[in-house]
Amino acid sequence: MNKPNYTTLNLGPTHPATHGIFQNVLTMDGEKIIDTEQTIGYIHRAFEKIAERRPYYQITPLTDRLNYCSSPINNMGWHLTVEKLLGIKSTKRVEYMRIIVMELARITDHLICNSVIGVDSGAMTGFIYVFQEREKVYEIYEELCGARLTTNLGRIGGFERDFSISVLSKIRDFLDHLPKVLKEFEKLLLRNRIFMDRTINVGPISAERALNYGFTGPNLRAAGIDYDVRVTSPYCSYDDFDLKIPVGTSGDTYDRFAVRQEEIWQSLKLIRNVIDNLPEGKYYMDVPEFYLPPKQDVYNNMEALIWHFKIIMGEVNIPVGEVYNSVEGGNGELGFYLISDGGRTPYRLHFRRPCFIYYQALPEMIRGGVLSDAILTMSSMNVIAGELDA
Amino acid sequence: MDNKTIIDILQGKFGKNASAVDESSDILTLTIDRSILHDVILCLKEDAALQFTFLTTLCGIHYPDVPLPLGVVYHLHNLYEKKRIRVKTFLPGADPSVSSLTDLFSAANWMERETYDFYGIIFTSHPNLKRILNVDYMDYFPMRKEYPLEDSARPDKDDRFFGR
Repeated sequence: MNKPNYTTLNLGPTHPATHGIFQNVLTMDGEKIIDTEQTIGYIHRAFEKIAERRPYYQITPLTDRLNYCSSPINNMGWHLTVEKLLGIKSTKRVEYMRIIVMELARITDHLICNSVIGVDSGAMTGFIYVFQEREKVYEIYEELCGARLTTNLGRIGGFERDFSISVLSKIRDFLDHLPKVLKEFEKLLLRNRIFMDRTINVGPISAERALNYGFTGPNLRAAGIDYDVRVTSPYCSYDDFDLKIPVGTSGDTYDRFAVRQEEIWQSLKLIRNVIDNLPEGKYYMDVPEFYLPPKQDVYNNMEALIWHFKIIMGEVNIPVGEVYNSVEGGNGELGFYLISDGGRTPYRLHFRRPCFIYYQALPEMIRGGVLSDAILTMSSMNVIAGELDA
Repeated sequence: MDNKTIIDILQGKFGKNASAVDESSDILTLTIDRSILHDVILCLKEDAALQFTFLTTLCGIHYPDVPLPLGVVYHLHNLYEKKRIRVKTFLPGADPSVSSLTDLFSAANWMERETYDFYGIIFTSHPNLKRILNVDYMDYFPMRKEYPLEDSARPDKDDRFFGR
């Protein structure tokens, strides 16, 4: 098939520039990419199969490992799905707390993606700047749940503990600090001649093709379609707040960068708005059959111990039914399709992973370009191996 | 757009008995025969009144004890009207094949490969139907229910007390 003067180049599976384990076998004519064949599945862990043997609580750690750059969004997405199946009515405080945590996660996700675009185009500095701020969010996670990367944050029916004074002050501190750093970061890249030359018209995709390829999230919005799950099908009271959806025009690497950048600003505004309007109340809902009792009760109170055991072992009544629930993840619409037969574990659980769906468009986007542009296109699509392979 | 409009348009095109309608779950669910699946999805996508132009996801499912054990579940989305629809089709175990949607949605390519990989469902006229997440030389379809996750007959483990 290959013409004799075409070169075959193996990019990956463990190439440092791909930021994850996946392979591209490129057919090249000199510097020009003729075609690519993608191989994925290097870190496939069969989550959908494992989930069929796990009680609902034990599935949360699986979702951590999908898009591990924004684990809390996955956790909340899963909890919301279960709550939808159970028909739990949530309270405002819980919803607002969830918004705060999810938006913090979105900011870190976009920070990583955008700073890595900078690294791949030769600007290491920005990466270091924003990673310092990302660290602050990880400290907030740490206070909230004890973990940093794979957070396993929250419970079915709320949170394991309330936002402490220290958490709130850390969030406010982060909100005050990030704009300064972000502005500096934008000064470094957004109107930088070299950066613009490297990214404008690199790896473009039209709105029509993006939609046909099932793009969601910033990548779709960069192509000019204002689809955002937070706005089109609001969950968690996102509709209480004013949220602007930034859109691009050409769907190229620069637009994807700019859309993510603007989304960080929007998220910052949103968090500030939510935290100022955070209502008083309980940080969990009144669902003793599903919400784990507090630890001090478990150790001192027989009934709490029994409930704890029953919930962990999946011995509570789960209704029969099927639900599809989606949240706006860092990369787009993260969907959970859950079928319950009333057993202690899901009968079937399917994750709609945005990465997996849009990564298949890569050959079309990099064909005819050069290799260094392909690397930029890949990092600007924010392909996270964990989400890709599930 | 309410459910009735969708059902009326589809029944007008494909006959009264073309689909079993279930409105009990969160999304309108249609169960249709595999012979008309492609046509129904095409109609859902291109009919001017329906416009389900976005394939959200598709996945397989397995109910081992029924006459048509394997199934494919499609989720489509009308982004203009913010309406979702779920389409199911069930396939016989001996010949689990259904027409591919790759000609309508480029997104279906990998989703169908994944479904083939997990359940062995054959999507006819798919351009490149091979395994995607598992290794090529795997000789079974792991998500089918006949492959339980762990060996429940392990002699060193007594699960009676753990509700299994």
